[in-house]
Amino acid sequence: MTYLISGESGDWEVVIGLEIHAQIVSEAKLFSGAATAFGAAPNTQVSLVDAAMPGMLPVINEHCVAQAVKTGLGLKAKINLHSVFERKNYFYADLPQGYQISQYAEPIVGEGTVILDMPDGETREIGIERLHMEQDAGKSLHDQDPKRSFIDLNRSGIALMEIVSKPDLRTPEEAGIYLRKIRTILRYLHTCDGNMEEGSMRADVNVSVRHPGEDLRTRTEIKNVNSVRFVMQAIEYEAERQVEAYESGEDVVQETRQFDSTKGETRPMRAKEFAHDYRYFPDPDLLPLVLSQDLVDHIATLIPEMPDEIKQRFMADFGLSANDSGVLVADMDTADYFEEVANGRDPKQAVNWVTGNLFGALKKAGLPIAESPVPPESLGELLDLVEDGTISGRMAKEVFEEMMATGKDAADIVEEQGLEQITDGAEIEAFVDRVIAENQDQAADVRNGKEKTIGWFVGQVMQATGGKANPKMVNELLRKKLSG
Amino acid sequence: MTAFPELSIAAAGKGLEAGDFTAEELTRACIEALESGRDLNAFITETPDIALDRAKASDARRADGRAAGPMDGIPIAIKDLFCTEGVLTTAGSHILDGFTPAYESTVSANLKDSGAVMLGKTNLDEFAMGSANVTSYYGPVKNPWKGPGGKDLVPGGSSGGSAAAVAGGLCPGAIGTDTGGSIRQPASFCGIVGMKPTYGRCSRWGIVAFASSLDQAGPLTRTVEDAAIMLGAMAGHDAKDSTSAPIDVADFSAGLGEGVKGMKVGIPKEYTLDGMPAEVEALWRQGMDWLKGQGAECIDVSLPHTKYALPAYYIVAPAEASSNLARYDGVRYGLRVEGSTLDDMYEATRGEGFGDEVRRRVLIGTYVLSAGYYDAYYRQAQKVRTLIARDFTEAFEQVDVLLTPTAPSAAFAIGEKMDDPVAMYLNDVFTVPASMAGLPAISVPAGLDGDGLPLGLHLIAKPFDEVTLFRAASALEQAAGFDAKPGARPSTPQGGAS
Repeated sequence: MTYLISGESGDWEVVIGLEIHAQIVSEAKLFSGAATAFGAAPNTQVSLVDAAMPGMLPVINEHCVAQAVKTGLGLKAKINLHSVFERKNYFYADLPQGYQISQYAEPIVGEGTVILDMPDGETREIGIERLHMEQDAGKSLHDQDPKRSFIDLNRSGIALMEIVSKPDLRTPEEAGIYLRKIRTILRYLHTCDGNMEEGSMRADVNVSVRHPGEDLRTRTEIKNVNSVRFVMQAIEYEAERQVEAYESGEDVVQETRQFDSTKGETRPMRAKEFAHDYRYFPDPDLLPLVLSQDLVDHIATLIPEMPDEIKQRFMADFGLSANDSGVLVADMDTADYFEEVANGRDPKQAVNWVTGNLFGALKKAGLPIAESPVPPESLGELLDLVEDGTISGRMAKEVFEEMMATGKDAADIVEEQGLEQITDGAEIEAFVDRVIAENQDQAADVRNGKEKTIGWFVGQVMQATGGKANPKMVNELLRKKLSG
Repeated sequence: MTAFPELSIAAAGKGLEAGDFTAEELTRACIEALESGRDLNAFITETPDIALDRAKASDARRADGRAAGPMDGIPIAIKDLFCTEGVLTTAGSHILDGFTPAYESTVSANLKDSGAVMLGKTNLDEFAMGSANVTSYYGPVKNPWKGPGGKDLVPGGSSGGSAAAVAGGLCPGAIGTDTGGSIRQPASFCGIVGMKPTYGRCSRWGIVAFASSLDQAGPLTRTVEDAAIMLGAMAGHDAKDSTSAPIDVADFSAGLGEGVKGMKVGIPKEYTLDGMPAEVEALWRQGMDWLKGQGAECIDVSLPHTKYALPAYYIVAPAEASSNLARYDGVRYGLRVEGSTLDDMYEATRGEGFGDEVRRRVLIGTYVLSAGYYDAYYRQAQKVRTLIARDFTEAFEQVDVLLTPTAPSAAFAIGEKMDDPVAMYLNDVFTVPASMAGLPAISVPAGLDGDGLPLGLHLIAKPFDEVTLFRAASALEQAAGFDAKPGARPSTPQGGAS
């Protein structure tokens, strides 16, 4: 997959790196015991530490550390047994301490790898540069009062992981797939809920362009982009902008930009908003974070089977295509659901039902798969009824609709509504004979070689049986009776 | 009988236990002493009502046979750097105007739990930055000792109010904090005992931070025994302070009176300074003789990186301070001076709220952490710090304690050295190295200079070996027999300064 922007001086390649800020799933904040629930009334989840009262001290939340290690292991990355929290100093009204506690020179997680499942079924490896922990700032509310800004410190001190990719991404689509893949991994690990709408995941996007084969050129950083779609749009816009700049003889300035989602464009942030000398130095209130290998090994035992592994297994065990597998494992609940349906059944049928009928019905109902009115065992039973000939495939679709609507089991619906397929040859033959008798002209057409009309007869017989006749048997009987 | 507030903590404790007097009587006497001693400006806030309530509660406990220990019913003063629940806490700064914490620092809470009675909050250099207690927004503290011609002297700093209160007979003990000498140097200037425990021995939770990697709480008392008693009630692991050591509180009095027979006392040669007053050096020699006279062995040792300690300290401490003081921004508490934009408000608030010395250190600290200067200053200072700590570790392979002077001079007049920050910083030249290495150290009053002003001797021990430190200090105290009092000076100076 190549994505090149053509210009007068030749083709331009886009180089992209992402810094993903992911909120760690934790009841309490990174350095205080305050709660972290989303949507609480302003300033109701603030401890003395979060408000930076005089003399207050941070104490590391060990659960958050374990979550970061787990994530590092999930990214197949190096876990640093010695890491250091530093202070990133800057003044802002929603940063009570006047510094953010973050990790800088010595992060908790080093280099790792993420595998992207491309739409063509191929895979791409993207390098992870590092993962570090840091605390979030509060929120400034500028729209509550014409003159004043209000501050909500509920987010102040919430634990974040910053996952930094290497500049390995080359297209907006890849960036989108990468972001989704990271979200999938974090959700499998239950270390971040990945809800970008609630702000639990957001990305800073680094973009530069170059002629293929050149060294890296100046990059710009687009801050705080909060959806996959916006990340892709921002890259498209920014890459074009940089190409235009170079093509018209201008330079690209290293700067921080923001993405305006309503206009679909990026623009520079005011110099004040980013021109900081952060004066990082190790936080003297915290000792270096030292982990034992035993702890890391223990956390490794808590890692569930990850999507890449499940994908391989689905391909090997069920004979699925890379694409189908990729779709199924993108969400852990879907993978689980599928696996339960597919076990002991025809996997191809299971894929079709899950990714076709089920996905469609859930989308219509606006429900996640975990809340599906049709649980996987029920869908499996429905497939069994088709497989053993109790109902036809066509009838199964109607039964499924009923199952979605009522939550009833397939067998109950089939029995209540008398939907069992007619497989008694004599019974079907009676219907076939009647239909032929009533349609002598069309029968003559068939006998005169108009093959197509057989299909019409099948339809008539099915209609006469209320759709319950076994279509294969109908077809065979019609051919026998009309040939000759 | 000795006037109540002049009693030692140990003696007052015995009197309470014997029923010779009540905590309420003792406390009332201290409250009166506070009132009559107000010219010292030792207190920013007096809390007589709280004191009487706690004293009465202490008497009730004792009547019930539930006295909490040797601090129960003992009136003390608290440096106004410790946050105290419901009581104005200023850090000596305008910027904390009206700040009344909803929480109690761990150390003051420990003392409260031990039954100690809080008399009030003592004056200090603004944010504990100073060596003369002249940078307080609430005005300078006067040393109870007077200079020639009755001249007003500084009490030292930054715990100047605490030192003056104890030396001036306002209370038997006080707590202070020591970052580079802020307990020991004022103790020396005021003729009392001042002790800085090992970094991590006392929780920093609830103490307004100056330099987090150096700040430690400690006692200021009239006797070494009292310091050991008080520290016992202050110390202990605190899960709320990640740098607090998970070590049990020792019986700090365990070695008192055991003498120093066979103890090895290191004499670091680098502590001889050019231009050091002869009487300071003479007292130091006298101190060696005293300890030798009691059977200790004095051994010359070298701490080769000593001369870099003070410059490195004045990089590390301001660096941390510049960041620690960022939270005083006018947004949430304390002083706010309005401005038309957020930045204007910051500038107006911090410009008006911080005094000159604090601003100087915030600027120095910001500078040494800035891009392009970090490696040359901050990183280099941290390396020096490691080397200083190693010097001590090596010295302590040979000796049990180190003996040095506490300060290069006796107390000086208020107003002196005000325009020369470097001269002011030199006050801490002997106390800063132990701070940089996080070691426990104590100043014991040992003699008088030619003007009849007190001078202290300084002992430094291994990490968490406060027991040995107190043991050596009590031997030194015994030998020195320092009993001079401000305003009642003997005509002939004592000790080695004759």
